[in-house]
Amino acid sequence: MAGASMKDIKLRIKSVESTMQITKAMELVASSKLRKAKERQERCRPYFTGLKDTLTRIETATNDFSSPFQEKREVKKQCLIVIAGDRGLAGGYNSNVFKAVSELLAGGTPTCVLPIGRRAVDFFSRKGVEMLTTAFAEAEDVSIPDCFSISNLVTKGYLSGQFDKVSIVYTRFVSMLTQTPVCECLLPLEACRAEKRETGLHPLVLYEPSPTAVYNAIVPNYIAGMIYGSMCESVASELGARRTAMDAASKNAAEMIEDLSLHYNRARQGAITQEITEIVAGAEH
Amino acid sequence: MFHLTVSTPDGLLFDGEVQSVRARMIDGDVCLLAKHEDYVSAIGAGEAAIVTPDGQTRRAACIGGMLAMIEGKANLIATTFEWADQIDLERAKRAKAVAEERIAAAKNDKRELMLAEAKLRRALVRIGVKS
Repeated sequence: MAGASMKDIKLRIKSVESTMQITKAMELVASSKLRKAKERQERCRPYFTGLKDTLTRIETATNDFSSPFQEKREVKKQCLIVIAGDRGLAGGYNSNVFKAVSELLAGGTPTCVLPIGRRAVDFFSRKGVEMLTTAFAEAEDVSIPDCFSISNLVTKGYLSGQFDKVSIVYTRFVSMLTQTPVCECLLPLEACRAEKRETGLHPLVLYEPSPTAVYNAIVPNYIAGMIYGSMCESVASELGARRTAMDAASKNAAEMIEDLSLHYNRARQGAITQEITEIVAGAEH
Repeated sequence: MFHLTVSTPDGLLFDGEVQSVRARMIDGDVCLLAKHEDYVSAIGAGEAAIVTPDGQTRRAACIGGMLAMIEGKANLIATTFEWADQIDLERAKRAKAVAEERIAAAKNDKRELMLAEAKLRRALVRIGVKS
């Protein structure tokens, strides 16, 4: 009996060891990918800030200016872009995003979503929420051109009155250990921006063909930049969450192995003691 | 001579002094020289070219974004910016063929048609700059 349990324990140790190998490997992969994701996000920053500065300049310095992207309309329907992961095993990453989305959905405004990431697509099809498109099911593969087609899709939808508000839900990378889901408003732009129109003198800038035309042409690019930035941040958050989760899993596995080795040694000692007792008992007769 | 930066979502592609910068805007070609007044315009799709201080011209495919000249410094922010020597001609030709097929297939689907047309335009710009 003791022998059988010794064998059982040994098998169990082996299986935990192989699990630990996997979690360790996943942790390492997540760490190296995380660095790359952060670099990507850094790289697109000058593009994004350049566009943002220009939009702000046009908004604040031009008096005779109005754009459909700025008009605040009554929100009859809203559009949510939701970025989640493709895979699980990333701690609370996906469920935190969905929790945030569920709260928004509970607000009662009719909503259509544009899910990015397989988990997001699965979640919304299960819930039966109207989806704009499911073409972007692979969050890790979403490239810059994809962000531009998403941006075109939502800006066209917004201009045609399909929806009156566009927001994006993504996970902000606060630190290696903390990632929080946030919801940011993309359109209309005025509602997203706290800066007020400045008064006073402004340097004269020549806008060709007109401030409004430039503004309207840049907005889709700006939105695409926003989406791409959020994408990068979400991917970094997912990898960070996975790294932490895998780190914890590896630690747990190490603990389990320690525990099991103790049991194994006890069982082995028990078996030896029993054998000796049996031999001694046999010799006495 | 003035300072020019070219940034795309992929990163900073150019940062240095130039003699001139030319690009296709939404309403035609524009060429900026030094001491131009403050200027902002949106980029269409077409060829861009810069002239470096030693007089060499570098051409590129440049699509979407904006060109700004603020206080003597030019800033070209493009969605796509590829130097002519980095354009993959074969890939552009393939993209053109795929886009043409998609246009032929998507007769009634307006959105599909729009996407395919945008793809075709990009491919044509690349091929035009390369050859």
